[in-house]
Amino acid sequence: MYRKSLSYPYLLWAAAFIIIPLLFIVYYGLTDRTGAFTLENLAAIATAEHSKALFLSLGLSFLSTAICLLLAYPLALILSGSRLGRSGFVIFLFILPMWMNFLLRTLAWVVLLDTNGVLDSLFKLMGLPRFKIINTPAAIVFGMVYDFLPFMILPIYNVISKIDKNVVNAARDLGASSFQTLYKIIFPLSLPGVISGITMVFIPSLTTFVISTLLGGGKILLIGNVIEQEFMKGTSWHVGSGLSLVLMLFIIGSMVLSSKYDNGEGNVL
Amino acid sequence: MGNRLIELQNITKIYDGHKVLDDLNLYFNENKFLTLLGPSGCGKTTTLRILGGFETPDEGRVIFGGEDITSLPPNKRQLNTVFQKYALFTHMNIAENIAFGLKISGKSKAYIDDKIKYALKLVNLEGYEKRMPDSLSGGQQQRIAIARAIVNEPKILLLDEPLGALDLKLRQEMQYELIRMKNELGITFIYVTHDQEEALTMSDTIVVMNQGYIQQIGTPEDIYNEPTNAFVADFIGDSNIFPGTMLEDKVVDIFGIIFPCVDTGFGRNRPVDVVIRPEDVELGEPGCGTLDGVVSHLIFKGVHYEMEVTACGQEWLVQSTKMHPVGQKVSIRVDPFNIQIMNKPESEDEEAVVLDV
Repeated sequence: MYRKSLSYPYLLWAAAFIIIPLLFIVYYGLTDRTGAFTLENLAAIATAEHSKALFLSLGLSFLSTAICLLLAYPLALILSGSRLGRSGFVIFLFILPMWMNFLLRTLAWVVLLDTNGVLDSLFKLMGLPRFKIINTPAAIVFGMVYDFLPFMILPIYNVISKIDKNVVNAARDLGASSFQTLYKIIFPLSLPGVISGITMVFIPSLTTFVISTLLGGGKILLIGNVIEQEFMKGTSWHVGSGLSLVLMLFIIGSMVLSSKYDNGEGNVL
Repeated sequence: MGNRLIELQNITKIYDGHKVLDDLNLYFNENKFLTLLGPSGCGKTTTLRILGGFETPDEGRVIFGGEDITSLPPNKRQLNTVFQKYALFTHMNIAENIAFGLKISGKSKAYIDDKIKYALKLVNLEGYEKRMPDSLSGGQQQRIAIARAIVNEPKILLLDEPLGALDLKLRQEMQYELIRMKNELGITFIYVTHDQEEALTMSDTIVVMNQGYIQQIGTPEDIYNEPTNAFVADFIGDSNIFPGTMLEDKVVDIFGIIFPCVDTGFGRNRPVDVVIRPEDVELGEPGCGTLDGVVSHLIFKGVHYEMEVTACGQEWLVQSTKMHPVGQKVSIRVDPFNIQIMNKPESEDEEAVVLDV
């Protein structure tokens, strides 16, 4: 047993940098410029522009999370079963981009996807049909998948590689084909990792404004951009906070939903 | 010989350039309790995995009911395995665990329910259907693992050190349970263990293995009383193993002392290994036996005393219910019937086997 007093610095930290700022957001979100209580800031989400941004955010986050899952699961499965994966080298390769600055990585995609950018020029050179992807929702999904894929791979890989080989052997022994073993044993047992991965990709995707600003060319507004503008362009801290609170509800909702399927073993990161 | 159920022919398995099994030939009959016994790394688990289909031999064939099943995957084989650490499906309750194989083979719900009831009764865990594996003790989980395997009515049940993780008392209980289950089911159990006591208690036949070779096959009595080489003698129970010379039939020379024995056919002046079990060494008044010695160590073991007697410059391990204090002069006598003569290892491989122990 550690002495309780050892935890005080952390409690102080939590109070100063988590609880108090959160209370400020709640305060700003629930008051108007005069300081009077109002729900108008929350209701601001209902305006056409804002709700469109929210639903676009939800849609794109959902899509990028799904793509990440589809890419990450087979990879994690293959890596956990191969000597290559167990050595950790391939996993290391997938984590390597995370050593570089997040902005830099996203900017790199701007250079790659831009009209007359690297990919476009390459297509032109090879006489292939050219298509415009920069400044579209597709480019934003691209960026989200690229930036957040490691957060999907790691928890799933961790959980799958910890599954007892003999449990898999037992399923085969009892007559299950490799496919039956995958969906009756391996997948259910890996669910905690999948849930962790989904949470860790979905939430940053939902709140991002950097990816949409850079790859959406400032024309596509996600809810993160709307909130950013409310604060940075000096429109209204009150509306910005109100929208943040609404977004928070969605995040809390998604976490509650995922924790229902998670028996507590999966939070590996 | 009997009804051969499954047969291994000329099996060789190599891991990283190291021969784990070398030209192994072995067959198993119906309705027998067979044990593969040996130290870790002797190839016993690899043999079991080849039978179960989890490993493919580099050479040789596996024959089951007259058919070659060497390359058949585990799910197509009519045998089931009980794994060392239970390997239960932790996301399913007990009933679902037991039903797993039956559901895959498309059995009716009524049939499955009956089977679950029967299997739980067999392993003495009636009423556990809705429990989760995590909420059971190690011994209970192992019983469920057995139940899950036997509901599929395999011809052979493979058991990979299933009692290894249990404590001593539970292990002894489970040994009797396993014998009862085997008799009730009337199928062949192939059991892998490094525990010689387990092997002696449960088996109809024991296969002693070391370094990829079969050292001896026989009943527990054969293996214990008539070990074919020093490795088997040393691995099964305690023993005194001395170098000796077979002077002629029924006469062996150990350290210059002549002992009468009952073995014949070794020829004249042939170097041999002599095995004498510690419980077969009889101590008496000095001068009344074949040779004299002095008690150098004494330990109380419960059922008997274990003593070391120095005679002819050698330590003799002795087990007796009669205590002789340290320093006492005693005589040593061995009944000729209890002296077991073995050929010296011939090949370098076998030599290594002995040195390794």
